[in-house]
Amino acid sequence: MDRKSMNITLNGEKKQIPNGLTVLGLLEFLNIQHQRVAVERNLDIVKKDRYGTTMIQEGDVLEVVSFMSGG
Amino acid sequence: MNDKLVISGIEFNSRLWVGTGKYKDFAQTKQAIEVSGTDVVTVAVRRVNIIDKTKENLLDYIDPKKYKILPNTAGCYTAKDAIRTAMLAAEAGITKLVKLEVIGDEKTLFPDNEATLEAAKVLLKEGLIVLPYTSDDPIMAKKLVELGCPAVMPLAAPIGSGLGIRNPYNIKIILETVKVPVIVDAGVGTASDVALAMELGCDAVLLNTAIAGAKDPIAMAEAMKYGVLAGRLAYKSGRIPKKLYATASSPIEGMIGS
Repeated sequence: MDRKSMNITLNGEKKQIPNGLTVLGLLEFLNIQHQRVAVERNLDIVKKDRYGTTMIQEGDVLEVVSFMSGG
Repeated sequence: MNDKLVISGIEFNSRLWVGTGKYKDFAQTKQAIEVSGTDVVTVAVRRVNIIDKTKENLLDYIDPKKYKILPNTAGCYTAKDAIRTAMLAAEAGITKLVKLEVIGDEKTLFPDNEATLEAAKVLLKEGLIVLPYTSDDPIMAKKLVELGCPAVMPLAAPIGSGLGIRNPYNIKIILETVKVPVIVDAGVGTASDVALAMELGCDAVLLNTAIAGAKDPIAMAEAMKYGVLAGRLAYKSGRIPKKLYATASSPIEGMIGS
């Protein structure tokens, strides 16, 4: 495995991302507007004010959700 | 006349609440919602599309500053999933409101009452404003209110069925049983269904498919607006009692040849 990257599960899909990303860094890497999303890491909600300090670890299971059409 | 609906200190300008699902596109969603006159729209909580980031976002069309966003837990079949979804919705940072749905069965989409109570208990403790989707059961409504739900949302008929209010008597009993706003949620088909709900004394109606699935959703959105207004006004006006026999509308006095 490339040492500069790590494997995570993101919204149910296996994904390789650069090492050393915070949650904020990941959202920026994915080009996702972080104002309107919520993030769950290994079943725990990541508070918005922790996005910049929460490091993504190898093997993390992340869910990034937002509001979509629905009734 | 101040006739505003207030739930947990939040003022609602409209008694028609509209879902954002099943429209042709975001432009049609926006137009239907504007025409309906609503200020409350429901949304689902779903995974962000990681692959296709060019996809537009619903909230680019529905401005959260203009509309109250009501996230739902639609599609959740367990209390655990509903709690997880509702907590994520709250963390998105737009609202503390949640329309709690815990579905019990795929075919009917009837709520799992037991799981709904369980999830409501946890979410209320977490400080969310829980508006629960429930069967049209007065006992269930009472239990949800006892837990602290500031409103209840009994179904009129199965979600998306368009059958209208199947049991107006139960809705009436719910209205007499609980002191909180009662919002009919799901199953209405057309404007008269909405009017009937309001005439019964319900505080609001939430619908989606009845507008989105109509041949002309924009025109139906307008019809629903008037349905709610007409029904509410009729309720407040105090209708005449039903009688078996006629009562003449014209005076008997002054008839020719008398």
